[in-house]
Amino acid sequence: MGMRRVAIVGAGMTKFVRRALETGPELAWEAASRALASCDLRLSDIDGVVLGTAPDAFDAVHMKGEYLSDGAGAWRKPYIRTYVGGGTGVFSVIQGWYHVASGVFDTCLVVCEEKMSSHIPHPQGAFITIFDHILERPLGPNLLWIFAMEMNAYMNRYGLRKEDIAYVAVKNKRNAADHPAAMLGVRDITIKDVLDSPVLAWPVQRMDVSPIADGAVAVVLAADHVARRVTDKPVWIEGVGWNVDTTYWTNRDLSYPTYLEEAARMAYRMAGIKEPRKEIHVVEPYDPFDYKELHHLEGLLLADRGKAPEDAATGRFDRDNENHPDWLPSSPSGGLLGVGNPIAAAGLMKVAEIFWQLRGEAGDRQIPGNPKRGLAQAWGDLMQIGTVVILGV
Amino acid sequence: MEKVNIVTQAQPWVDRFPLTGRYTYGVAGERFFRELKENGRFFGTRCTACDVVYVPPRLYCLRCFAPLEEWVEVPSTGTVHTFTVVHQDLDEAPLPTPEVIAFVQIDGCDGGLVHRLGEVAPEDVYIGMSVEAVLKPTAERQGGLTDIAYFRPTLR
Amino acid sequence: MTMEQWVYPSVYVKEDDFREGRVLYTTWQPRLFYAWDRGTAIGRFLAELKQGRIVGRRCRRCRRVVVPPRMFCEHCFRPNDEWVPLADTGTVITFSRCYITWDMRRLEHPQIPAVIAIDGASPGVGFLHHLGEVDPEAVHIGMKVKAVWKPADQREGAITDILYFKPMTE
Ligand SMILES: [Zn+2]
Ligand SMILES: [Zn+2]
Repeated sequence: MGMRRVAIVGAGMTKFVRRALETGPELAWEAASRALASCDLRLSDIDGVVLGTAPDAFDAVHMKGEYLSDGAGAWRKPYIRTYVGGGTGVFSVIQGWYHVASGVFDTCLVVCEEKMSSHIPHPQGAFITIFDHILERPLGPNLLWIFAMEMNAYMNRYGLRKEDIAYVAVKNKRNAADHPAAMLGVRDITIKDVLDSPVLAWPVQRMDVSPIADGAVAVVLAADHVARRVTDKPVWIEGVGWNVDTTYWTNRDLSYPTYLEEAARMAYRMAGIKEPRKEIHVVEPYDPFDYKELHHLEGLLLADRGKAPEDAATGRFDRDNENHPDWLPSSPSGGLLGVGNPIAAAGLMKVAEIFWQLRGEAGDRQIPGNPKRGLAQAWGDLMQIGTVVILGV
Repeated sequence: MEKVNIVTQAQPWVDRFPLTGRYTYGVAGERFFRELKENGRFFGTRCTACDVVYVPPRLYCLRCFAPLEEWVEVPSTGTVHTFTVVHQDLDEAPLPTPEVIAFVQIDGCDGGLVHRLGEVAPEDVYIGMSVEAVLKPTAERQGGLTDIAYFRPTLR
Repeated sequence: MTMEQWVYPSVYVKEDDFREGRVLYTTWQPRLFYAWDRGTAIGRFLAELKQGRIVGRRCRRCRRVVVPPRMFCEHCFRPNDEWVPLADTGTVITFSRCYITWDMRRLEHPQIPAVIAIDGASPGVGFLHHLGEVDPEAVHIGMKVKAVWKPADQREGAITDILYFKPMTE
């Protein structure tokens, strides 16, 4: 296709916290400056900047792209803010990728930031603005409604057990206990804890949900010739995919994310992957809710439809279970459920985790066996968009 | 498509977004407003490499991205870089008295503050005018931009 | 070498820090009042609700009947063709029992939001509404339901002209 190879050469992030003293631009700078330091680059080495962040209402700041630009390192540089709902964190890397793959830039700094704590009493006031203002908001919805209803549709379709789904929350919160940026890592959590947590919107209980957070993450992209100069461990972007379904979410089958399958197939095609279950060694599927990780593993064709919960129960997705015949470590970072969910930043955290895992730099979270290829995925809007990035070494 | 020619025949759906923001000032802003509130002083941060003093202070240099650790006290005087005279409120109703809003460049710094001018008639304001901050009494200061009541022409 | 060193230790503030004056802050409530046009399709849909009727739109090319109505078919990407009267009955295709309000207050009795596939529209096509007059624990996917309308003189051309859907008794 005449495109250049693009690598991720550096990554950095802030700690995810419920409420940061930092302003949005300060969080963005903290992550971006760490990412640059990690690959010994200076801001002057960067040709262009991509910024990803959720709707303006979520930070209670209008024109968030411009607001965050200084902190993202965009001063007097080509700059764009990108947004595809919850899928933004992974999509921002795709946007950076086509900046570099096209030959427009040799280097691109990709930054995602969210400061959800600016809303009082609760970000729900912002979340409900995603519902249709004429046909849905008059019914008094809250954000959990749609996810509860998607989860119910998924469970009902395949007759799934709540405890198998809850296992994902347990796994991820345990994994997060080894993540230095995590806000909710818990080593001794059990399925019973999840099942005993308060019901918010059945079938969603408190511990099925990721905690809202403040935070930022950044990665540095470089074209082939620059990447090899900057690092001896470039992590290549081998495939990207994205896809959106109809906004009329009450007109479609919620039990399977077809749009995500389309996005995954696009990325697998580009990466030349024929058998994803064999060729993907580590995966970071988007997990704002425990059922979402499973739903997404199915949409990514990494589990059979309706079978991911059963697979999870056998330990297939555990971080250190290399003797499992179909082992596929999933969310070794701890995911949104454990590390926290500053929306766009959480998606980019997943890409950063695959980067660190493939370089063998994930510390106590490092999965055994020298993984060679990994996949990060995010999801959002009205449960309708899938974004996928495949990385390899 | 139906065309509505008379505005009152349109049937809009009316609602609001129930948003309330509570904003921290950030690592640099916290210290800036704390000094203003408690000691009535202005501070900036300096980037030696770029030879820039940021007011309001920043945690980092937007030019070279270095962390800024050098805090310098700066004067509460400045120069009107530009200004406007506002005659209407947000709903376009006339204001009882026009307000002068100015971008005041703080002396010796690379930045400044947007604020009101007071103790001056709108027709007497000009670009390049020297102004000084008038602070609220200590007891009334809450830690925010309105701890500065307004800027006024520097008394000579 | 691990990633630890590339994590910036951002400053965590607690709710007490605001209350007890350890952190300065400012608050703001933007005046976000809007008057949205209803548009051609939803304008008609709401006008029909006021008359106690539910209507959808049919695309003659793909034969789909959709509700909420729109004036184009997003599959065929062409204008769709005609208004179709639909029943005020349907099937629950998914639901929740929600114990919190939008501002996170706890409810003693759950609200039961549901997606209801409307009879007369294409299979699985419907809209969001509440269920009522039902034991929350008895609600199930596949349940047949019927609209309960506001009295005619109280309707205003809004989705809330339907109070809720209730189970149909055979
Ligand atoms: Zn500098
Ligand atoms: Zn059609």
